[in-house]
Amino acid sequence: MIDGGDNSSIIRMFHVHKHYGSKKALINATLDIHRNEFVFICGPSGAGKTTLLKLLYLGDKVSAGQIIVDGINLSRIPRKRIPFLRRKFGIIFQDYKLISTKTVFENIALVLEVTRNTRRFIEKKVKSVLRTVGMEGRINAYPPSLSGGEQQRVAVARAVVGDPKVILADEPTGNLDAESSHIIFDFLNQFYNRGATVVIATHDLNLVRKTKKSVIHLNQGQIVA
Amino acid sequence: MTSLFYKRAIEGILENKFLQGVTILTFALSILIVCAYLLFFINANDFMNSWEKGIRIMAYFGSDQHQEELENVKRKIQKMPGVQSVRFISKEEALNRMKEKLKTQASLLMDLKENPLPDAFEVKIIAASQRIGKIENLATQIKAIPSVDEVEYGRRWLNRFSNVLALFRLTGYALGGLFFMATVFIVANTIRLALYSKREEIEIMRLIGATDRFIKIPFYIEGLIQGALGGLIGLSLLFIPFKWIATNIEHSFSSALFPIRFFPLEVFLGIIICSMFVGWLGCYLSLKQFLEV
Repeated sequence: MIDGGDNSSIIRMFHVHKHYGSKKALINATLDIHRNEFVFICGPSGAGKTTLLKLLYLGDKVSAGQIIVDGINLSRIPRKRIPFLRRKFGIIFQDYKLISTKTVFENIALVLEVTRNTRRFIEKKVKSVLRTVGMEGRINAYPPSLSGGEQQRVAVARAVVGDPKVILADEPTGNLDAESSHIIFDFLNQFYNRGATVVIATHDLNLVRKTKKSVIHLNQGQIVA
Repeated sequence: MTSLFYKRAIEGILENKFLQGVTILTFALSILIVCAYLLFFINANDFMNSWEKGIRIMAYFGSDQHQEELENVKRKIQKMPGVQSVRFISKEEALNRMKEKLKTQASLLMDLKENPLPDAFEVKIIAASQRIGKIENLATQIKAIPSVDEVEYGRRWLNRFSNVLALFRLTGYALGGLFFMATVFIVANTIRLALYSKREEIEIMRLIGATDRFIKIPFYIEGLIQGALGGLIGLSLLFIPFKWIATNIEHSFSSALFPIRFFPLEVFLGIIICSMFVGWLGCYLSLKQFLEV
């Protein structure tokens, strides 16, 4: 049984398999991501990138193998501790997952409300993050009234507002034009420079080549490089 | 943080006005029906108690008795448990009383050749024994005295009324249970519908690290508010016909004969608390099922 592990690693996967019925989404995946590392997980659609990220924040359970996040063995974590594990992550979902009945401010503030911060701190922090992503003018807008790029920026703001240890981004530039992609990437890079670990799942090889960061290649559920 | 939960609960109520309205109405109707029954029962019970308090047992003698025998019987009755006082009423006194009661029709008694009324003892009962079972028991003991020919205390009416009340009590329990279950079921389903309409939001909240407690508390507050509002509306709806009936009874009868009352404050609050409990229970059942999936 694996527990704790190398202190410099924040994410460790050991021979992880994930099956959905007879479909094998991830096969024998073993990897090690260090603290304050910027990693791309690349591969074509259906390669298992989203599945891999989901397993990290317990959006799904492994079929076999073990995962350790910040010293916590995910196969041993009690159900009531799962929310606290998830607070280590700032997650940018491929489909943004913004609450359509809440304003931009409320969507982002929710992360800080969950961790019981004061109203004054929440207001200050949310406004500051929105300024950084250039969305301070849309603070009271509802997600359906925003463009794809704007929604993506709100999703990024929500992911970083709680100062998580790890940013998990699933195709964060997938639906964006080159300029918007560049803004999002710069923002994530700033966060990395402040000490966070950033894991980006993408099929955008141009972005990967330009940035010269670590890359894990996935193909048909297997890590190939 | 508490104010945040209240804010989210109120937002939840306002977001689903129709669904919330249906739930509150269900609460109100259930409270109205059960409490109407309860109110009738409380007043009927009061009436029965006041009737029981006025009860005296009359012990009649079949023939004229010697003074010594009368004293003997009086002593025996006085020793019986539950007896407060025993007073002798001679047949002459009884006839005079009858004449006084008949007033204008007293002439009907003028042609009597002899007094047909028997001598009697009027037995008053102590407050603690003014219950139908104890009265019956005492009456049986008095009847067992050989010189006592008959005892009378309105047994038939008391028994009938008592039986009707018992039937009402039983029906009340059944109705209460039925409405309790129906309301919990409806509230649980309403909350489930609200949860279903918010399933995406709940899923997102869980993904960003919200605990089950953080998600559940506003729903519990919603349930408690629904219960309190439903209870208040139900009791208000009951008060209107009650007031009308009470006014009519006061006009038609002496209010001392039929003293009717609404729920005292503690019962009123108890009903609201019960209603809030039902709201909480409905939430608990649906949240338990929904969040454990």
